[in-house]
Formats: sequence, structure tokens, C-alpha cells
Amino acid sequence: MTGQANAGRPNQLLRNLQSKIASIPMILTAVVIFLGGTLWTVFYSFTNSKLLPRLSFVGLDQYERLWAAPRWLVSIQNLAIYGVFSLIFSLVIGFLLAALMDQKIRFENTFRTIFLYPFALSFIVTGLVWQWILNPEFGIQSVVRSLGWSTFSFDPLYTPSIVIYGILIAALWQGTGLVMCLMLAGLRGIDEDIWKASRVDGIPMWKTYVFIVIPMMRAVFITTLVIIASGIVRVYDLVVAQTSGGPGIASEVPAKYVYDYMFQAQNLGQGFAASTMMLLTVAIIVVPWAYLEFGGRKRG
Amino acid sequence: MAEVVTLNNPSAKAGTVTKLAAGPKGKKPRPMLSPRNIMIYGALIFAAAYYLLPLYVMVVTSLKGMPEVRLGNIFSPPLEITFEPWVKAWSSACTGLNCDGLSRGFWNSVRITIPSTIVSIAIASINGYALANWRFKGADLFFTILIVGAFIPYQVMIYPIVIVLREMGLYGSLTGLIIVHSIFGMPILTLLFRNYFSSLPEELFKAARVDGAGFWTIYFKIMLPMSLPIFVVAMILQITGIWNDFLLGVVFTRPEYYPMTVQLNNIVNSVQGVKEYNVNMAATILTGAVPLIVYFVSGRLFVRGIAAGAVKG
Repeated sequence: MTGQANAGRPNQLLRNLQSKIASIPMILTAVVIFLGGTLWTVFYSFTNSKLLPRLSFVGLDQYERLWAAPRWLVSIQNLAIYGVFSLIFSLVIGFLLAALMDQKIRFENTFRTIFLYPFALSFIVTGLVWQWILNPEFGIQSVVRSLGWSTFSFDPLYTPSIVIYGILIAALWQGTGLVMCLMLAGLRGIDEDIWKASRVDGIPMWKTYVFIVIPMMRAVFITTLVIIASGIVRVYDLVVAQTSGGPGIASEVPAKYVYDYMFQAQNLGQGFAASTMMLLTVAIIVVPWAYLEFGGRKRG
Repeated sequence: MAEVVTLNNPSAKAGTVTKLAAGPKGKKPRPMLSPRNIMIYGALIFAAAYYLLPLYVMVVTSLKGMPEVRLGNIFSPPLEITFEPWVKAWSSACTGLNCDGLSRGFWNSVRITIPSTIVSIAIASINGYALANWRFKGADLFFTILIVGAFIPYQVMIYPIVIVLREMGLYGSLTGLIIVHSIFGMPILTLLFRNYFSSLPEELFKAARVDGAGFWTIYFKIMLPMSLPIFVVAMILQITGIWNDFLLGVVFTRPEYYPMTVQLNNIVNSVQGVKEYNVNMAATILTGAVPLIVYFVSGRLFVRGIAAGAVKG
């Protein structure tokens, strides 16, 4: 019996050998970096690593310190505001633009090119342009003032209480084109007969959209939601370019907190704890979605 | 991908539908200036103006001299066009003590983007091919981990990668960054190629097998020549993605290898000296130029790329 097993084993391993060898980079990436790296970070978030990672466990100390840090609380609050508004606005604006584009208009390609081009630009470029447009001395504020409304005040980037909305404006400019594209693809997937039927029944267009078309596009909405949401958690470059987290700590975000603690403050443990919290946030978004999407039925 | 196909030919479909539905009554020709059209086009043109505004402001500002920038408003066209800011941004803008402009960052980005694109696509296409045609036991598990990994924030995996690269002696080098880009590009590209290769007729693969062709022969002689469009889509995805990257560039390279985005940020957000907004905007356009050119040239393929990258399956 053992002889049989031994005879069978090398055969099993050698089967499809070329394919296995070719897949080594993928296997290494999946197992060592994605799985191993994530577990490693979570594991070391329970240590008090400073400049270098070391294995002296302190339990949940890092997390307690994290949730007592004002900067982290500001980051989380910003992420929540930015997240909620950017979800709502990019879905609404994206859908409205897509619905307009779906009216059998002329120059559709031109309009799509215009709406989508910011998406090709990096967050750094986006952040710097909007930093310039929102500049209080030269930008929108000064232009409106020079038109005669001298008390007009619109200075988000230097006003701590609203700085996150300044970042939101830039993010929406950059990202809504993508949402529009996804929504448009979803609208084009709707059967033409639905439209004919609702026209025959005399249902107004907006009602058809709200009560028939949008519920039919559930899958597209959910996918878009997951894409936007996982992008929101990562937001980093945009903040660095537009405000560097300022004024003060008013526009800090979690991703920046992680980077600063890992590579600048040399407090690795804090960085690991914060990044584990980011991971948790993503898990809260992605796991229910993955469960709904792939859990019920096996994907073929 | 299915959605994107429908996205490409709706007008043709809609055309036949209206023709069939026309019947004896025929369709009332819609005047171009109906209130409905005015509303639709009005809204679209308004939105388009909003989206174009920053590009316009960038170009206009970069063509003004500094005195004019200080006096005028940001939306007014330049009274006197000057290309000085562009020259300065390219060849003598300062980051810290270095005053050789953005050109260094540009060439660094070129040296990062080209090999990273090639390596990541080579690895991912072979992965996709193995997953589609030579599936081995456990392959799906690794693939699932890979796809789940696409959702994990980079921040979670960065430090372990720093350690691995440091052990290999590659931390801070261009090679290290190329490896990192290949790693983070892998999930989406592998998915892209797996789906594409799965959609090719299986008979082709079987026939080649019967003729005695092996793993690599089939890949190079059959799959590769048949898949040029998907390689172009992957290239667009990678070139724009890698060129626009900031975080990985900051973390994994030394200052002399900083990519263009990082250098741009350092130039614009440096605290020393007088702020030269026109130079900053010229530098910003220069950095955005490469992905913009890729975008405008590739057109529909870009849409297909991001849709494939964004919509799973």
C-alpha cells in the first residue's frame, strides 16, 4: 500500500509540470506576499516594534494607543465624511451623466472622452490642479471677489472644518467618469423592450428609471459600490498632493497615518495596527459582497 | 467584458429596433431644438465644461508669466504667451537642493514604466494561460487568494515587501520597484488574461496538443499571436497605472530614482522659495501628459481596459 502511494506521488507532482513551474511567480505572490504579508502585518501589530520589527508582544496596546490618538480619530472621521459623500455623489452624478448619455445623443464619444479623461490622470496631478483652483489668493474665491462680491468666501483648503470637502471636489472630478462608464454599460444592458413597455403604459421616464431600471441594475450598482469603496479606503496620494494633511491635521486620512508611522515616525507597531484597521474596514465592505456575489452559487 | 461589448454597438441595435417598431405611423421626426434636447445637451455641455475647466486652467496658467499670474484671475487667457515656465519646469525647477527639473523624474518614470509593464504582462499572461488551459490542482486556490489580495490596501503589505526586498538586496533600486509593480499588477492582469484565454475556442488548444505541442509552444505559437488586442489593453492599463503611481515610488526607491509623480509633488509642495504657480502648472501638465496621450490615442481600448479591470468577469 505504501509502495503504491509512493509510486503515485511523484507522478502527481510531475503532471502538468511546465504549468506549475510557469505559475511559480503567481504562487509566490499569492502565498508569500498577499497571504503571508498580510498575516505578518497583523501579527506584528501586537508587538511594540519601533524602528525595526521585533517580537515583544504587548497585546492590544497599539490599538488602544491608536484609538486614543487625536490624529487617528480625525483620520477616521475624515474617511467617514469623505467616504459617505463620495459614494453618494459619485453614484448620483455618475448615474445622471450615464442616463443623459443614454438618450441616443450625438457626439457621445466626445462627451465620454471629456468625462473620462480625468480618470487617466494621477491623483497627484488631480490634487495639484485643484489646489491651484481652490487657492484663496488666486483661485475661485479671488475671481468671484473681483467680480464685485467682495465678502465671498470659499477657501476649503485652508479652513480646517471643511478641508475634506475640498478634497472631495477633486476626487469627484477624477472618479465620476469611471462611474459614468460603468453605469452606462449597465444601462446598455437593459432590454429595449422594457423601455417600450413602459412607454406603452404611459409611465413617465423618471419613474421608469427609479422603479424599473435602477432595480434591474442592482448588480452594476453593487460592483460599482465595491470599487468606489475600496478606492476610498486607499485614498492617500490625493491628500498628500492637495493639502499634505493640513491645515494642521485637519485633512489626515488613515492611509497617510500608516505611511507616516511606518516610514517617518519609525513607530512600526502603530503603523501595523493602523494598517490592520484599514484591512478590517475593507473586509467589512468586501466580505459581505463576496458572500452575496459568489457565496450562494459556485461561479462557473 | 460583456457589458463593454454592448456598450460599443448600442446604436446599431437601437437603430434596427426603431425601424421595426416604426410601422405605418412612422416616427415623428424630432426637431433638434426641442425643449427636451435643449435640456439634455445643456446639462451635458455644462458637465463637460466643468470637467474641462481644470485642464484649461492648467494650460492657461502655465503659459503666463509670473507677474500676470499674480495680477489676473486664473480663468483669463494669457495676454502674453510665454513658454518659459515649461522650459523651467522641465530643466531647472528645484526639489530641495537638486535643480535639474522634472526631466530626471521623467526619465526615471520611463525606466520604471517600460520594464514594469513588460515584466508584469509577461508574468500575468502566462499565469492566465496556465489557469485557463493547464489548470493544475490547487491553481484555483492560488488564483482566489490573488483576487482577494487585489482588495487588500497596499499599506498592509508594504512593510513585509520592504523586508523581502531588503533581504534580496533590491530595496531602493529600480529592479525592486519593478518587482513591486509586477506583484500589485498581477491580480487584475491575471484575471484579464485568464478570462480572455478561456474565451478562445478550446478545439484550437486540443488540436495543438494532439499535434504534440507543449506548454510553451502553444503559448508562443498559438495563444500569443491570437491575443494581441488583450495585450494592448493590458499595456494601456499598466502604462497609465504605473506612470500615475505615487505611493510605491516613494516607498520603494531612493530619491535619485523617484518617479515623475513624486518629483512633481516635491517641486510643487516644497516650502522653500517663492511659489511659481506657472512653473508648477507646466510641471503638472508635463506629468499628466503621458497618460493623457495614451488615453486619447487608445480611446475605446482604454474604456475596455478600465472596465475589464473594474468589472470582474
